[in-house]
Amino acid sequence: MQEFLYMGGYYAFVWPSYGLALLVLLINLVIPRWRERRTLRRLARENRRTRRSA
Amino acid sequence: MGHAFLAILKRDLTLALRHRSELANPLVFFVVVVSLFPLALGPEQDILTRVAPGILWVAALLAATLAMDGMFRSDFEDGSLEQLLLSPHPPSVLVLAKILAHWLATGLPLILISPLLALFLHLPGDALGVLLATLALGTPTLSLVGAIGVALTVGLRRGGLLLTLLVLPLYVPVLIFAAGAVDNAAAGFPVAGQLYFLAAVLVLAATLAPLATAASLRISLG
Amino acid sequence: MFLWFHKLGSPKNFYRLSQVLTPWLGAVTAALLVVGTYWGLVVAPPDYQQGDSYRIIFVHVPAAWMSMFVYMVMAAAAAIVLIWRMKVAEAVMRASAPLGASFTFLALVTGSLWGKPMWGTYWVWDARLTSELILLFLYLGFIALQNAVEDRRTAARAGAILALVGVVNIPIIHYSVEWWSTLHQGPTVTKFDAPSITLDMLLPLLVMAVAFTLYYATVVLMRARCEILEAESSSSWVRELAAKREH
Repeated sequence: MQEFLYMGGYYAFVWPSYGLALLVLLINLVIPRWRERRTLRRLARENRRTRRSA
Repeated sequence: MGHAFLAILKRDLTLALRHRSELANPLVFFVVVVSLFPLALGPEQDILTRVAPGILWVAALLAATLAMDGMFRSDFEDGSLEQLLLSPHPPSVLVLAKILAHWLATGLPLILISPLLALFLHLPGDALGVLLATLALGTPTLSLVGAIGVALTVGLRRGGLLLTLLVLPLYVPVLIFAAGAVDNAAAGFPVAGQLYFLAAVLVLAATLAPLATAASLRISLG
Repeated sequence: MFLWFHKLGSPKNFYRLSQVLTPWLGAVTAALLVVGTYWGLVVAPPDYQQGDSYRIIFVHVPAAWMSMFVYMVMAAAAAIVLIWRMKVAEAVMRASAPLGASFTFLALVTGSLWGKPMWGTYWVWDARLTSELILLFLYLGFIALQNAVEDRRTAARAGAILALVGVVNIPIIHYSVEWWSTLHQGPTVTKFDAPSITLDMLLPLLVMAVAFTLYYATVVLMRARCEILEAESSSSWVRELAAKREH
């Protein structure tokens, strides 16, 4: 396990690379989900408002 | 069609001459920017000679980009740009006339003052001819490709800054080959290949850019 | 076939299709990413020259490939936007840009991290990294233009032209940078010396490449869904969707 983490001495390059890749992939996954939810919530609120004033 | 082309060319050049002081801006910018480098790098001839081709070309490129925004702006603001698109003549031809006029007013002066600036940076004499050739082939390309960017951003507030971001990556091939050619000439190496490349890119730009520009104008004007 | 294409072109149908596809695509993507990462980090043998540092290629190379691939998809969508004015194509094109930029950024940083043990410096102006940098500028310019134009449909059409101008330029830029790089090769060899790739390195690389591609497909569908929701927010089916979600 130690050897694995050590990556032949290159741990400072390999792990940040994979870490950044994971971060990029996660961020791009989360953003659309959050955005969709936020838009639907906003539209629902507007729906309620127009229904009330109608 | 040729008539309309010449009419627009004449009109734009007349307008440009009327605002002569504005013509000076890109020119002065070019001179000032080049002059900054000896101040920043030190006056040693060897160093300046080594970097002269690159600096001259980057400065010319920035000066051209600075002047680019004015290409359609005044016509956009007074509504004559819309009129242009409504005319029966093919818009790409009329656009080409405007681009040519803009280059004559902003690009050509850069070429004319470049020998002085080559002197400032101690560019070897052998390279001067090639510098002029690359500017003659390169600056029209910059105007043509830049026109597309201007057309895409003409209606926007702060369009000028965005324009720079859009066109500079597209300018990289011209910069690489033009500065490369001047560099080679300074060292006594052949430059035919680079000049052919610049000529080919110019032809490609002259063919495609007016069409893309006209399409972009139509989109920007809604 | 044409009818299917036409039906797909409807934003509402695309939205539904995207909702159905993304969970499955996402699951396969996750599985492939796990397999590929394990294969690349654990199973594949160390390189005789570069030791374990070469393992960065299992994220760097797929990221670089994707940065190019996404631009091609963007350009294809751009052509459809200009020719047929399809709203779905507009959504896909706009959705792709930040993803392409992300991949390009990832390729640049991982390339830099791979380069440090190889060349001793974090940045080197070699042909590939320089081309990737310029590609990043192209993506950022496109995104900036989308943000600057207020009307979504005008923004899409303007962006489409920019994307197509970019795609014409990319081969020219690549060629120029390639030429420039060979011209200025210093005394030390700065060329990106990839390890002589053997099958037990190629296979995990391909798995990761497929994984990244499916990831892009998943996320672009999700992002495009958002674009369509926002673009069509005044239409009845979206209103119904928002109302239904409340309950």
